[in-house]
Formats: sequence, C-alpha cells, structure tokens
Amino acid sequence: MSAGTPPLPGTPKLQARALNCPKCGAAIGLRSFGQAETVVCASCHCILDAKDPNLAILQQFEIKTSDVRPLIPLGTRGKLRGTDYEAIGFQRRSTQVDGITYCWHEYVLFNPYKGIRYLSEYNGHWNDISICKMLPMSEGTSANYLGEIYKHFQTCNASTDFVLGEFPWQVRVGEKAAVTDYVHPPRVLSSEKLDTEVTWSIGEYMYGREIWETFKLPGAPPEAMGVYENQPSPVATNVAGMWVAFAAFAVLLLALIAGFDMRAKKEPVLHQTFHWERAKVANETSFVTDVFELKGRPSTVEVKTWAPVSNEWIYLNYALINQDTGQAWDFGREVSYYSGYDSDGSWSEGNRNDSVVIPSVPSGHYYFRIEPEVDPAVPAIAYSVEVTRDVPVFGIYGIAFLALLAPVVIISFRAYAFERSRWSESDHPPMQFSSSSGDDE
Amino acid sequence: MTQPVANCPNCGAKIVFRWSSNVQTVCDFCKSILVRTDVDLKKVGQVADLPPDSSAIQINTEGKYGNKAFVVVGRILYEYDQGGWNEWHVMMNDGTSAWLSDAQSEYALSLSSKTQNLPAAAQVHVGQQFTWNNQPYTVSVITPAHYRGVEGELPFQYWDKTDVTFVDLRTESRKFATLDYSDPEPALYLGEFVEFDDLKLKNLRSFEGW
Repeated sequence: MSAGTPPLPGTPKLQARALNCPKCGAAIGLRSFGQAETVVCASCHCILDAKDPNLAILQQFEIKTSDVRPLIPLGTRGKLRGTDYEAIGFQRRSTQVDGITYCWHEYVLFNPYKGIRYLSEYNGHWNDISICKMLPMSEGTSANYLGEIYKHFQTCNASTDFVLGEFPWQVRVGEKAAVTDYVHPPRVLSSEKLDTEVTWSIGEYMYGREIWETFKLPGAPPEAMGVYENQPSPVATNVAGMWVAFAAFAVLLLALIAGFDMRAKKEPVLHQTFHWERAKVANETSFVTDVFELKGRPSTVEVKTWAPVSNEWIYLNYALINQDTGQAWDFGREVSYYSGYDSDGSWSEGNRNDSVVIPSVPSGHYYFRIEPEVDPAVPAIAYSVEVTRDVPVFGIYGIAFLALLAPVVIISFRAYAFERSRWSESDHPPMQFSSSSGDDE
Repeated sequence: MTQPVANCPNCGAKIVFRWSSNVQTVCDFCKSILVRTDVDLKKVGQVADLPPDSSAIQINTEGKYGNKAFVVVGRILYEYDQGGWNEWHVMMNDGTSAWLSDAQSEYALSLSSKTQNLPAAAQVHVGQQFTWNNQPYTVSVITPAHYRGVEGELPFQYWDKTDVTFVDLRTESRKFATLDYSDPEPALYLGEFVEFDDLKLKNLRSFEGW
C-alpha cells in the first residue's frame, strides 16, 4: 500500500443489540453481536430467531422447574485459557437410563474474536469443550483424534429440557440428540448426532474451583460427586511406568546382592563340637572356646549352632569376647525341634540349625564364652558351633524390596479402584450386571 | 505492485486497485460494484447493505500466514441455513491471492488450485474421496449457500449471484478442500484451518465492551 492511498473507512464498532421480546415485551440484549441463531427470553421462555430483526417466535416452552438456574450467571466473564469469555447461553439436558433421569448443564461461552466454546457441568464435574477442527476417526469401541486413542464410554439420547440466553445454533426444547462419549482422561471426545448431522467436540476436565476462580463466582462450587468419565485419576503416576521402574530397582537389588555375595569372603574361623553331660556340669556351667583371629576390615560374623534335638530344646548364652580389648557381644540362641502326629497328620516345629549374624565386628583375637541350658529331659548332648567371618547379609535387601513394593502395590490398587469406579458408570462396566441397556427408548 | 487508478463511473470518486490482478472492486463512496475492462471501469451493480455481521475481520486487517504477511482487501459474504460466513480476499506480500474464511470465528486459509478435471456437482456425494497433490480428501458436507454480498476488491467478477453450491472436504489433519460450483466450471480451493492467535491479526474490528 502506498502512502497516497487513503485508508478505507473501517467498519464501525459493533454494538450489542438491544431488543424486546415480541411476546412479553421484556428487554433482550444480544451479547454475541450476531453469532447467535436463537435467543431465549428470560421472562416468558420464548425461543426467538436471533437472526430476525423482529425476533420471530420459534418455540415457547413450559418450565417444569422454576429453580433451574445457571451456576454461572449469563453475562459473567472469565479468562479461560488466556482468553476472556462471556457466558451467553445455558441449557439443561437429560438422559434416561433404566428409568432414572440424569441431568447435566451446558454453558455457551463467547468471545467476539475467538468465537464460541462450551462448559458442561454434571454433579460438580466440569468440562471445557470446543468443537473439533479435525475429524476424529471412530473405529468400533474407540476413536482416534490427533493421534490419541479414546475409549468408548457411553452412548445416550440427550434431550434438551431447558434453555436460557443465546445459542449459535437452532436450539429447541425437547430436541433429542444421540451423544457418544469416548474418553482419554482428562479429555473426552464426543459426537453428537442430530438427524444426519454429526458434530464432534473435544472436552477437558475442569475442577469446580477452577471454574469459580475463572468467573470469580461467590461461595464455593458444588462438590463433585463420584468419579466422572474423564476425571483425571488422583493417582497422577503412570502405573505401568511405575512397575517398570520397580522392576528396574528389583534388578538393581539383585545385582547388588550378587555383587555383595561375590565380594563377601565367607572365611571360616571356628568349628567346634561340644559335649554336654548333665552329670558333669554341677557347678561349672560356662566354658570358653579356642581363641580365633578375625582379620581385615570390621565385618559380619555369623554364628551357626547345630544340635541333634528331638522334642527337646537347648539354649546357649553366647558372649563373643575380644581378647585384646575385652569388648563383648552377648546374645542367646535357642535350638529346638518338635515333631509328632495328630488328627491332621504329622507336624513339626523348630529347627536343629540356628544361625545369627553379628554386624560389624572389628579385627582382633576373639573367643566365645558359652553357657548352655538344656532341656531337663536331656541327659547328654553333643552340639556344634560354626563361626564364619564376612558373610553377606540379605535381610536389608528384603526390607528394601518390600519398602519399594508396598507403595507400588498401594498406588496400583488405588489407580485400579478409581478406574473401576469410572467405568462402572459406563456402557462397559467392569462387572457384568444383569440389567438391560439404557439406550432403548 | 502496481496500483491502477481510475475514477468511479458512477460518482467520479478515485478508485484505487491495490493489487493489479484484481478485477472487481466496490466504490467506497457510492457502493457501486465496478469491474475493470481493458480501458476503464464499468458499473455492474450496486452493493445492497450487508446484513449485520459479527466477523472480527474487516477490510485492511493485516496478519501473517507462516512467514508471509497479508492484508485483507475484499470479501464475499455467504449465507446458508445454519448461519453465514465470510470469505475474506487477502493479498499476500509475495503477490499471491488467498482466502481467509471466518465461519463463526472458525478461521481457515485457502488458495485457489489449478487442478483440472474436477467432478461435476451432480457426481459428488458425502463420503466420497478425492486425491489432490497426493493428499486424500473426504467429502464431509455439501452446502447449498446463498450469495449475500461483496465488499472491496476481488480477483474475479463476482456479483449478482444467487444460489451457490459448496462441497467441503476434510482430511485427518488441519487440511481441507472446497469445491466451488459458483461458475459453470468448478473451482478447487485447498487450504487449512488456522488458529486465530497464529494469524497475528492487526487492525481488527472493535466490539463494544471488549
């Protein structure tokens, strides 16, 4: 454009039209500047042709309930996804499933530059909805939209019961559309079939508090009841991914176990058999073993006790004593083994072998002081004590394994329970109920 | 870019074609529809008052499509049973002409395609597939529309039409095609849906209270 060209006169600023209802004379302001096809008189509930300068009456409907009131009053503005929108229309729709009527509400939002979008509300669950620009591909029980797979949730006949404000289409009370929802939380893909025309829309779940913040509504939003079809799971974690991570940790643990097992020297330091006879131990109940040497870094010491008990017990009071420093580790071990027969067959309890690990024993010269206590029924017994230095300890790994497993199991269960409650409301409940389909009308 | 200057044969006002290839314009002063002949301008009709319209775009709105800047120089307004839409004639800064459609704030940009052997209107039905430039298109809707008016400069003569048939074709992407049966010879437009924000539009219309 050259400087010599006079600028064309711009289109004058567009003003909202103010008209009167041809039926009752009430004032009707058109908020959408001409995008509305129909407008509803708030006083007498006439549906009027918004395109007609005289607002021809298209339909008049009786309101059955006078308390149908939009939670977002028409005319309220709020910033949604960075754009100011004004609520210009409201409708209540319902469907019947097994004789029960379910109602939800839809709001028409308008911005003169960005156009129309919608909000829906059901039992405190909200969705921000816009018309699909691209055509989704539905294939059986799923639909593909922008490369994402949506699972069929339900198909119902939605009928319009109540309307208020402006609509960018020819709205009528009593009109029925077949609505099919496909979900991929937090999104829902819906097709609405009216006669032969199919309209696809894409919605994203919103919490009541977000709506309240957006439109600066007073008070608190109605509490969300139950789990909604595309409500994001509170289990934010990707459960499958979590199991993969868990498997990786488990493998790492196994590698650590294998590594420590290979690194452990498992060095035998003492193996002695002791004979005990009741007749000989009148006063001297305790004795000491040979002195043995623990070499190298402080390490674990495993003490294994074996006694050929049978329906008997033996209890050994051990003290591992450092000959150089006098430091002592006191502990007691019981070896007992019982078996027999009863009405259920044979049984046994206990073990002839016992093992205990003392952690972190420094190097030095050591001996054991042992004080046996023996079942009064036993006159004499030979038991052996086997001591091994630097044995691997796996118990800690077991605890680590359980510590990792527990949250994974809990989270998986919570995710499962949430999905189960989501799908129990769908056409594909997790458990088959013997009820007829709700689609027959 | 040449800017042929002439005078309105009706009222004598200066008429400037902002793009040399434009064939038709509307006199700003007397609203005569003027068509360029070899020698001068001929008045072919008179623009009736356009119905109130809520498009945010107006003549002289500027914007960007990819890395090309454009300016809106004209429009055709259509109506169909579900409402109306505007086809804004835009001039790209590389000298090409394109169409920015605004259907209730759904925006799309398309270019005229030179493709030959287009199907006749009677042969097209919903669900049919066509492939142009290696892209398959599926017929989604056939819209009988009504010419409602023109404004500004257009690359062809377009006035005094009545009923016009449009065939919309969709793809799995943002791309779409339109078959235009306004003339005896069908015309094909290939384009894509665009986001309002991506167009970086300036000099938009203002709305009271917004």
